[in-house]
Amino acid sequence: MSDVILKVSQLSKAFGAIQALREASFELRRGEIHALAGENGAGKSTMMNIINGILQPDSGEIRIDDQVVRIGSPTEAQRLGIGQVHQEIALCPDVSVAENIFMASTNVSRAPLVDYAGLKRRARDILSELGDIDPSALVAGLSISQQQLVEIAKALTLDCRILILDEPTAALTEREAQALFAIMHRLAARGIAIIYISHRMAEIFAHCDRVSVFRDGQYVVTHNVAETTPTQVVNAMVGREIDARYPAKAVGTPTDGEVILQVDGLSSPGRFQDVSFTLHRGEILGLGGLIGAGRSEIVKGICRIDPHATGEVRLNGNVLPLRRYQQSIDAGMVYLSEDRKGDGLFLDLPIQANVSALKLEQVSKGGLIDSRREATLARELGRRLNLKYGSLSHPVSSLSGGNQQKVAIAKLLSVNPKVIFLDEPTRGVDVGAKLEIHRILRDLANSGVGIMVISSELPELIGCCDRILVVREGRINGEVAGETMTEQRIMHMASISADLPREMAS
Amino acid sequence: MSTIETNMAAKDEQMEKPMPTPGWRRLAGMREIGLILIILALFAAMSFASPYFLTWENMRAMAMAFAVEGIVVVGMTILLISGGIDLSVGSVTALAMVIAGLSFLNGVDPWTASLIAILACAAIGAIMGFFVTKVGLHHFIVSLAAMVIARGACLLGTGGRPLGLFTLPPEFKFIGQGSIGVIPVVIIIFIVVVVAFDFMLRRTTMFRKVFYTGSNEKAAAYSGIRTKKVIFLTTTLCSALCGVAGVIYMARFGSAQPTFGIGMELNVIAAAVIGGASLSGGSGTILGAILGTILLSVVSSSLALLDVSVYWQDIIRGSILLAAVTIDHYLSKRRS
Repeated sequence: MSDVILKVSQLSKAFGAIQALREASFELRRGEIHALAGENGAGKSTMMNIINGILQPDSGEIRIDDQVVRIGSPTEAQRLGIGQVHQEIALCPDVSVAENIFMASTNVSRAPLVDYAGLKRRARDILSELGDIDPSALVAGLSISQQQLVEIAKALTLDCRILILDEPTAALTEREAQALFAIMHRLAARGIAIIYISHRMAEIFAHCDRVSVFRDGQYVVTHNVAETTPTQVVNAMVGREIDARYPAKAVGTPTDGEVILQVDGLSSPGRFQDVSFTLHRGEILGLGGLIGAGRSEIVKGICRIDPHATGEVRLNGNVLPLRRYQQSIDAGMVYLSEDRKGDGLFLDLPIQANVSALKLEQVSKGGLIDSRREATLARELGRRLNLKYGSLSHPVSSLSGGNQQKVAIAKLLSVNPKVIFLDEPTRGVDVGAKLEIHRILRDLANSGVGIMVISSELPELIGCCDRILVVREGRINGEVAGETMTEQRIMHMASISADLPREMAS
Repeated sequence: MSTIETNMAAKDEQMEKPMPTPGWRRLAGMREIGLILIILALFAAMSFASPYFLTWENMRAMAMAFAVEGIVVVGMTILLISGGIDLSVGSVTALAMVIAGLSFLNGVDPWTASLIAILACAAIGAIMGFFVTKVGLHHFIVSLAAMVIARGACLLGTGGRPLGLFTLPPEFKFIGQGSIGVIPVVIIIFIVVVVAFDFMLRRTTMFRKVFYTGSNEKAAAYSGIRTKKVIFLTTTLCSALCGVAGVIYMARFGSAQPTFGIGMELNVIAAAVIGGASLSGGSGTILGAILGTILLSVVSSSLALLDVSVYWQDIIRGSILLAAVTIDHYLSKRRS
């Protein structure tokens, strides 16, 4: 087993109530390109962040060259020869390419002075393999794909033995991606072990040696790529029993109800193109797809939070001449943001002030807020949603994640909406609150509200929704409902193509 | 807390300590009470230390000193709550004096001249608001530029010399120098401004949107609030209140001083922050800010009476600010 460079065993990590990794294990060999596959939230990134010293595991063991190691920080990871190219670009925009590339290695170097000429020369050497980038250019002036290449070059300078690439091709053009693959193969031939995270089956099967699948924070299986098929991998990624505890779906076919929302030819340059669909009264319509496919952008376009969207939106048959989100709210269309803490709630303001924020007019008279009416509104919605709180005047930050999310939902319900868009409504909430939120959504649908849910968790989409639209690269790539609503089908539409290969259609 | 809430709180498994209630709910929270106690302690200590401290004259002088600046503190607090900051308050206040003074010297009656000055200050605020909301620059830089430009305009307009306004009619000077009964008019104006804005900040939907915007601008936008408009208006309001303060100063001094108010922004921001306004927006109360102003001026007055060097006064004021912000930082960290 001398060719095993990295061995991770029984690694667990929880964030609050969420178990991101559950006794996950993984093994990496020298000189191999090892793909990590799994749905969003399967635990891949958590594991990589532990290996790279960004996160500390709750339990478990990491061995490098058969020695148990404790990786306390990214600097220690560097010293152990672990380099990572992150999914998000983390460069200093106002500094030259060469300095960015050697940022990490300058950090470990003992020399007191920076040798700029040398930096530039070495940067040019590394970049010449990757693509046409001037080492003295400022990073801010580069395109996203060029920045991604700089990130990769940065990792290459570290003289690493283990290189982690987290969706490196997401922002690259086809040609740049090919150049990257060529480099990956060269590095692997030098004995460097590469962990390659990607959602793209085609890349995994063209360029990787082995593939390990994760699901729900657990390790599932490792295959030699030569001995498996994309279908098998996708099945392993999603192959779990669908949680039976979802509330009963709408009776009859989902499209029975009258059309409440009709979207025609909605486009926003660079975000999404030609999106058309209908939403029916009492229906829960899902919007599936990979992160970055443009799901949130579409919904924000419909609500006019994104003011650049063009196209037609009809609510109850009336074309909405919407220019601002406020007008959507007045028309009865509301949006729950995916980032509760970042842009969904006012964490340091009282619960009741959060609930009333969408339409202060209904708790005020002549421009004066009636604190008692505001409290009543919050109390009634709180009761309806089974919100647990100390006092309505406490800041929202005093609540648990699930209860915070309920405040965000109460805020939407405060305006008696006709159509609700929810972006990742159960992200970061515990299982109990999750079930409650699903029940709340179904109750709302049964009361005649049209609901659209974005979720990266396929079981949740399938469990909650009557119908699902799958988005891929800014377009609606297909629709599933009833019997055809399977994780395999959705994953295929989201990551491979609109058509399901024959072998999987059964 | 109603019974229902109490029951819910009892059932809740989470540890939920009572939180300080934000300004619009209650008149005085923990911080205000703390500030009042500190001020009272200072009063008690000073009345032993100096026989002149607790005299009517000293009290009156102190109140006159903080009252006009207090009007600027009100504007600054609202701007801070919305997430902005204004470094130009001192020079804009001086510019109001200069504009009103020059207009008066050119034959405009003092009331109209005052109105012109206040509108001109509002316009400066609007221009700053434009650069912040439309161009997308930071408040800090925009107001720094405005601070320098307004000061330059003051010096340009007056040739650097104070304008003596000896012909100001007594009914105008009454605003700055007169008293109704025993209470100076300045203080009455101050109290009216404070009470009005404190009420509006706690009760009106208009100012609630200021809190929303400052607390989380993106979440406010996602609640349909036109956050840029809010920030534009708070920026304009702050400068307009500087205009009001400048006009009152002119009536009080009977002159327009182009170098007036240098360093005022630090005092004003310090007062607001000591009173609970956060530089990151979303929190602050008028009452707290006014107590912060009172605390700072009691300290100044005390140090003067105790014959402490002016240079020491600055060091002590700065230290008080640092202490207040540090305490606040730890309190808010414990909260989250």
